[in-house]
Amino acid sequence: MNKIINKTLIAAAVATTMVAGSVQAEDITVVSWGGAYTKSQVEAYHKPWNGYTGNTVISEDYNGGLAEIKAQVEAGNVTWNLVDVELSDAVRGCDEGILEVMDHSVLPDGANGVPAAEDFLPGALAECAVGNIVWSTVFIHDESKIQGVDGLKDFFDLNKFPGKRGLRKGAKPNLEFALMADGVEPADVYEVLSTEAGIDRAFAKLDTIKDSTVWWESGAQPPQLLADGEVVMTTAYNGRVFNAIASEGKPFVINWDGQVWDLDLWVIPKGAPNQEATMDFVKFSTSTKALADQASWIPYGPLRKSSFGLVSSFHSDPSLDMAPHMPTAPANFTRALQNDFEFWADNSDQLNERFNAWLTK
Amino acid sequence: MTTANPSIDQANTLPLKEKLAKTTAIQRRRAFLLTLPLVLFLLISFVFPIGQMLFNSIHNNKVSAVVPDFATAIQAWDGQGLPSEATFEIFVKDLAKAKKVREVGRTVGNMATRINYEMPGSRSLFTKSARKVGKIKQGPYKEALIKIDKKWANPQVWLTLQRASHDISPAFYVAAMDLKYNETGEIVEADELYQIYLNNFVKTLWLAALITFICVLLAYPVAYLLSVLPLRQSNLLMIMVLLPFWTSLLVRTTAWIAILQTEGVINDLLVYFGVIGDDGRIQMIYNQTGTIIAMVHILLPFMILPLYSVMKTIQPTYMRAALSMGSKPFYAYRRVYLPQTIPGLAAGTLLVFILAIGYYITPALVGGQDGLLISNLIAYHIQKSLNWSLGAALGTMLLVVVLLLYWVYNKLIGIDKLKFG
Repeated sequence: MNKIINKTLIAAAVATTMVAGSVQAEDITVVSWGGAYTKSQVEAYHKPWNGYTGNTVISEDYNGGLAEIKAQVEAGNVTWNLVDVELSDAVRGCDEGILEVMDHSVLPDGANGVPAAEDFLPGALAECAVGNIVWSTVFIHDESKIQGVDGLKDFFDLNKFPGKRGLRKGAKPNLEFALMADGVEPADVYEVLSTEAGIDRAFAKLDTIKDSTVWWESGAQPPQLLADGEVVMTTAYNGRVFNAIASEGKPFVINWDGQVWDLDLWVIPKGAPNQEATMDFVKFSTSTKALADQASWIPYGPLRKSSFGLVSSFHSDPSLDMAPHMPTAPANFTRALQNDFEFWADNSDQLNERFNAWLTK
Repeated sequence: MTTANPSIDQANTLPLKEKLAKTTAIQRRRAFLLTLPLVLFLLISFVFPIGQMLFNSIHNNKVSAVVPDFATAIQAWDGQGLPSEATFEIFVKDLAKAKKVREVGRTVGNMATRINYEMPGSRSLFTKSARKVGKIKQGPYKEALIKIDKKWANPQVWLTLQRASHDISPAFYVAAMDLKYNETGEIVEADELYQIYLNNFVKTLWLAALITFICVLLAYPVAYLLSVLPLRQSNLLMIMVLLPFWTSLLVRTTAWIAILQTEGVINDLLVYFGVIGDDGRIQMIYNQTGTIIAMVHILLPFMILPLYSVMKTIQPTYMRAALSMGSKPFYAYRRVYLPQTIPGLAAGTLLVFILAIGYYITPALVGGQDGLLISNLIAYHIQKSLNWSLGAALGTMLLVVVLLLYWVYNKLIGIDKLKFG
């Protein structure tokens, strides 16, 4: 009797594990930058995809960089299925062989029938990556405290606007900001920065505000620093600032002059499990509609041209049109600089070393 | 001598002393077996990773793994002018082969990153050229490669490649000591604008020493009070000492930000009471002061607890005896009480100092531009720049410094005197 019960129990357990296993096999872990940005992806990609396929997306946060991917791949224990990375990391990770090569031919055509290869903006389809959004580093101020900020040069003008400034702790993109504030046109920034004299010039400009600078490291910090009154102006990621303005009613103003924009892309760590389901998610999340939906949660520009016209209003406020808040909106784009991933791939080690040395002097 | 059963015979004739030695040896073996799990645990979690770190700091095969034939061939080059046409040919063919490899640690990108450490800006030279070398079908290879990118005519590229072809090299210690290889391959001091590590070591040690000193000043009276108060009060005080221990490190650090920032509690109070004007708010955080305050707070229990455990065992009768024999209170304290607390003081000092050297979350959060300590730089190379070899070299140097200090400390105080509780 006991034996029979035992056997039945074992059989039941085996059956349950197999069923659970087959269901679980389709779950994927998608890693992104957290906060309002991850929320936009959960709403626009994860939930609808779950509705169509029944597969669950487990969302994890990270702070950028390739360290975790590299560690997982080298240890042969990859738990992340898909990661949202900056262009420079997508290219570098691909070069170093820690990312899977992506087959762009499986991506769906745009909603207007344009093939994916032409629908995506230039640079969005890299060897190991599929792009999803344009984001930007801008500088912001609190309109209730100071008025009349006129362009990037005022960020470096301590006489006109006394008080602390917030900058990201790192060479990128502070050197670009410094040069543009010093009168270099966006088109010439990386050319100037390629010379020793140009680097000196950028650091000299940073020197003028060094003693009044608070350094931030994660994207959630700058809006908080500004809200606390710890700084009067700070650089920040445009999406997070918009959320502080639209959802929390903060009197912040985004200054688009001299914005430095970059792409975020999906990459698959080498040897990740469930790649078929992951690719299905990539196809879904970079479709015309999903990218346009994403943009109604946070003003990060979709990377498909066919999505532009479909970008609607803020999810919680139908009267708030999202299009003018995109980094790529024509009014915001007059003096914009695209982050040069190749320049940073070549020089980030050296420039960060000099930046760190400069910082501690 | 012929006996039927030599073993029994021998056993009977063995002297007592040897028998005893035998049994104690068995006991010792048993005792060792009991400690085996711990020994294995230490091996796996301590000795092995540290060994790996030491190895990583001198070993890097990113050139020989990517272009193996070339790594051998370039060794024959005398370093004058450019390598021979034959070496160029091997390089071009190796590079074309490597372009197709996608195995981790063996791609052109891996080699490019390695060379870029020593020759900044050369990364794209490798990745771009690798895409084009497939087109070179015949010689002269030297000309063809230089046609792809004229930087290949720069002898420094080849000198760096030759140096990096050795799997074992001191290159990462050279970088970690603010030195560099110049155009002709000699080791020289790095440009002052790029020197960071040595200054940082000094700064970290100095800061750790200062924090330890402040901890001693603050902890000594508290520990004394704890040891002499009646049980009821001392328990309450003990809970207050331990309470921060039960709170997450991040929460405590963030609490300090809320208290110390320019729009924070202390500044608001000072302005409210008119001690300072609204435009004269004091900067107490995002600088060295903030780091010191937050770190002293976090490390203080590590000083109080060993001190307390030692003071608790000191008999009050000693002091009373000294006083009754006519000693002045301070003299009695200095000659009778203080020497007895040395073991606790020594333990606390060592604990706090070593913890302070390795701390990096708190300085990163509240230290502002002064918050860059040596452990932050190590974390930066492990997490951001992915230069694990340089991170390992810095880690090894930190380990050596700590061991040196430990040695000096042992000479001065004697490690057998330490008492943690």
